[in-house]
Amino acid sequence: MDELRNINITIDGIEISVPQGSTVLQACEAAGAEIPRFCYHEKLSVAGNCRMCLVEMERSPKPIASCAMPASDGMIIKTSSEMVEKARKGVMEFLLINHPLDCPICDQGGECDLQDQALYFGKGETRFENSKRAVSDKNMGPLIKTTMTRCIHCTRCVRFANEVAGVEDLGATGRGENVEISTYLEKAVTSELSGNLVDLCPVGALTSKPYQFVARPWELTKTESVDVMDAIGSNIRIDSRDGKVLRILPKNNESINEEWISDKSRYAIDGLSKQRLDTPFVKINNKLQRVSWDEAFEVINSKISKISNENCVGVVGNQVENEAIFAFRELFKKLNLNKILPFQKKLTFSKENRSNYLFNSKIEGLDKCDYLLLIGANPRVDSAILNARIRKNYIHRDLKISSISSQKFDLKFNHEYLGSDVKILTSILEKKHEISNDFEKANFPMIIIGDEVLQNDSSLDIQKVSTSILKKFGGFKKNWNGFNILHNYASTVGAIDILSEYSDYNHSAFKNDINKNLIKFVYLLNADDFDFDISNCFVIYQGHHGDKGAQLADVILPGAAYTEKEGSYTNLEGRVQYSQRATFPPGDAKEDWTILRALSEKLGKKLDFDNLLQLREIMFSSKTMLKFDENIYSSEPKIITKSDFKSSKLNYENKNFFMTCPISRCSSTMAECSQVNG
Amino acid sequence: MLQNKDKIFNNIFGFQSNKLSYALKRGDWDKTKKILSLDHDVIIEKIKNSGLRGRGGAGFSTGLKWSFMPKTLGERPHYLVVNADESEPGTCKDRDIIRHEPHKLIEGCLIASYAMRAHKCYIYIRGEFANEAKILQSAIDEAYENKLIGKNACKSGWDFDLYLHRGAGAYICGEETALLESLEGKKGQPRLKPPFPAGVGLYGCPTTVNNVESIAVVPTILRRGENWFSKLGKENNTGTKLFCISGHVNKPCNVEEEMGIPLRELIEKHAGGVIGGWNNLLAIIPGGSSTPMLPKQICDTITMDFDSLKNAGTGLGTAGVIVMDKTTDIVEAIVRLAFFYKHESCGQCTPCREGTGWMWRLLKKIASKDASPRDIDNLLELTKQVEGHTICALGDAAAWPIQGLFKNFRDEIEVGLKQKKIAAE
Repeated sequence: MDELRNINITIDGIEISVPQGSTVLQACEAAGAEIPRFCYHEKLSVAGNCRMCLVEMERSPKPIASCAMPASDGMIIKTSSEMVEKARKGVMEFLLINHPLDCPICDQGGECDLQDQALYFGKGETRFENSKRAVSDKNMGPLIKTTMTRCIHCTRCVRFANEVAGVEDLGATGRGENVEISTYLEKAVTSELSGNLVDLCPVGALTSKPYQFVARPWELTKTESVDVMDAIGSNIRIDSRDGKVLRILPKNNESINEEWISDKSRYAIDGLSKQRLDTPFVKINNKLQRVSWDEAFEVINSKISKISNENCVGVVGNQVENEAIFAFRELFKKLNLNKILPFQKKLTFSKENRSNYLFNSKIEGLDKCDYLLLIGANPRVDSAILNARIRKNYIHRDLKISSISSQKFDLKFNHEYLGSDVKILTSILEKKHEISNDFEKANFPMIIIGDEVLQNDSSLDIQKVSTSILKKFGGFKKNWNGFNILHNYASTVGAIDILSEYSDYNHSAFKNDINKNLIKFVYLLNADDFDFDISNCFVIYQGHHGDKGAQLADVILPGAAYTEKEGSYTNLEGRVQYSQRATFPPGDAKEDWTILRALSEKLGKKLDFDNLLQLREIMFSSKTMLKFDENIYSSEPKIITKSDFKSSKLNYENKNFFMTCPISRCSSTMAECSQVNG
Repeated sequence: MLQNKDKIFNNIFGFQSNKLSYALKRGDWDKTKKILSLDHDVIIEKIKNSGLRGRGGAGFSTGLKWSFMPKTLGERPHYLVVNADESEPGTCKDRDIIRHEPHKLIEGCLIASYAMRAHKCYIYIRGEFANEAKILQSAIDEAYENKLIGKNACKSGWDFDLYLHRGAGAYICGEETALLESLEGKKGQPRLKPPFPAGVGLYGCPTTVNNVESIAVVPTILRRGENWFSKLGKENNTGTKLFCISGHVNKPCNVEEEMGIPLRELIEKHAGGVIGGWNNLLAIIPGGSSTPMLPKQICDTITMDFDSLKNAGTGLGTAGVIVMDKTTDIVEAIVRLAFFYKHESCGQCTPCREGTGWMWRLLKKIASKDASPRDIDNLLELTKQVEGHTICALGDAAAWPIQGLFKNFRDEIEVGLKQKKIAAE
């Protein structure tokens, strides 16, 4: 890429240098002059319609909209002259004449752009003697509450829906002062990202429906943390009050989620206070009874003599932090057990090399990539944020996308569907398919392999052919690795990292064992989607919700949900991120690693750490890569498989985006969404 | 007074047919091939030298505007778009050009497109002009049939296609960038400038948008020579212009006259004078509804050209002369205009969306005499808050008539308010 030239521009007498392509507004920010604005948003196209950001430009008789004006050499800008002050005051007055003065009953109060800016630029008294405009409210589904009278027509929501989410459900109808933002047909916004509309709205026109009238922003304790609803590891801020999580907002991270989070990450939180396990249980006479921790541990201890390496299996769930997985492994090690399944569903990876099972191009690589092939992946459901990132490249750089999957998914961007049979990959490799040309032309080709492949019997073969294709067409080079596995769950990568050297136990072996009636003991660590018949086994369930796992259990050990513990999670890129505790687990429930530590002591095999710091120290010393997020490992994948590639059709698995984990299954908001969108 | 031999629009009154055979007799399509044998830039230079200023209202040099188009045809095609969305109250010149002289426009489209290296031209015609669209389409069909346009237009070797597009009847679609949006099939809302259409216009390609009259005079200028045109009128305000005279005159009309003709002469010679005589005149809006009005004492001497009207605090605009005699309730007249702008505001940007409605309501209050002098101050301040702060010029257009009203008649209006107050007490 060409080196961008810098531009010299004078802002309020200060000469600064900004990169070419900057707007005047960005230059003003760089010079430290704050420019008020409503419609401008960094991640959206420029609308220039609120007129709040007007500044004075030398040799221009009229003030200019700084958000839309490209900075050019020698410009002289004034941001606090009389002309500018007057323009701002005027625009503010116009915005306020038809805006209701209902701040005391508005959920945006305290974090409202209009409220803040009115304080600085408002007049304090009104000259407007007519009736204010009233606008009927619109139905935008179960997540977004509308009070359209408050709308200032900045069109951020319309631009987000059209540009980022890719749904054309929102628009402005009418003309002049009768302009209304609406969904045209009074229907819910059908996007997995619709919650972001609430964040974008600078006033109280679009507010969060589940959060309505719940709290004021200044009452909330804010905790920065990491989301576990998918494998992306979106950065979030947890807002809580009195030990209850009230809402979740996105936190900027350009490398991961930018400014967005999915509706599940944001709105599943009401599930955190429903069906919680707040005390240990033990099954007595086929009925689960409340017991103390000691009694529950005693029941497990009484079985310890019968447990052997042959008959005991541990299963790691979908949202477990690295620390708990590590403690789990250490416990099994102390007990001389080595059958641990790192994930619940049968997924086939080649674990020899870390890049075999990572999203090697990184999420940021999606901005750079110039040809994308999806194999068996439905990113819109599996990780909505990643899908939006693909769409971004599709919108801005016309990215070409092809897909091989069980069916043509509605991904909100145009893509070429190549059918459900993976045999097409061999013809691409042999340059007998037109897609080969796309690969050949591309500088940064990318393949994303999804669930449908990983669950397929010839998963490894497909992965191997994919690496061969990439190798042939320049998919592996300096600073570029085009091979990507799209994981669905927050703990999968961490579990493979921690367990791959310790245990090579897998689902096929487990199936054999269970058929031979060999398995007698199962330890479910937060595992609620373990679809195997284990009704004849003694089941220990450690987790936070009375969901599927707890129903199978003989002993229940109540754990903490992701907002209630400190932990680290490795996302699909292999990036380790740390979550913080926002609230405490309910009742007698404990953080997961402490349960394992206490149990080990009871079983007479005390683990070697007494606190989280010690645990982490041991964990990091045994596998250095788990500590940091820089140095993400990115060598060429080496997939070893003995079988020959054969044609195979990918199978469709019906997934409900809104219900993928115990928390979202317990959330009534998610249930509503699932009903509306289903 | 303009002599008949120097008139460009010989058939503006529609005494003759608008068909091609008659147009040919009037001199249209005469030696067009020869004109097209000139270099693109030579044509642009000739238009620049003729001093032709855009007839759509802003009065920007047409030749200079054309010269902003890229000098070579790159990957992206060039477009000429002709603005026939004539909606400014008081203006009806383009309608008569299309009705009676469509071939002047079509020939102009071909030559202007050639000059700007455009192979395609769109005419965006106002939705309400149903008959005019029919007439223009049949004229376009005639031109195609006679191979005047189309492939190898006029045997010049230049391929040229002309499309007529009907709008849906929104005033704002006469703003050039809103027109482009509407032409692309989107909601007619003005775009931010920069980028200007000459760089990024229709479908993202270099585009020039010109008024019907500006394009229709081009063939005659080139045939008779740029010097002929530049000798007419005044310096920097050359040529002839169609004036639309309406309101309180004995014979409202469209008439072609030299630029710089005294306003009084224009009205008395062509429109039969003001009803009740010149002394019965109250005020004149000289250039379509958006230009500030002129009181009688200025109308006595003012000449009709861009610069003198600008110096008088108003503008030539579209040259839609609206005459108001002393029977007019001048405030009510401007209330009607304010309502028009409120109704036609697109609603995109804040000052215009909120300001036009507020200005109309406040002015209505003043018209009902139920107001105080402070309301007038507030209203004038509002016009200043709208003016110059909007994306397009509609905000300015809404503010100017009101400013013009109070500049000239504030004292009378205040007296009226006082009398009403005294009567009420």
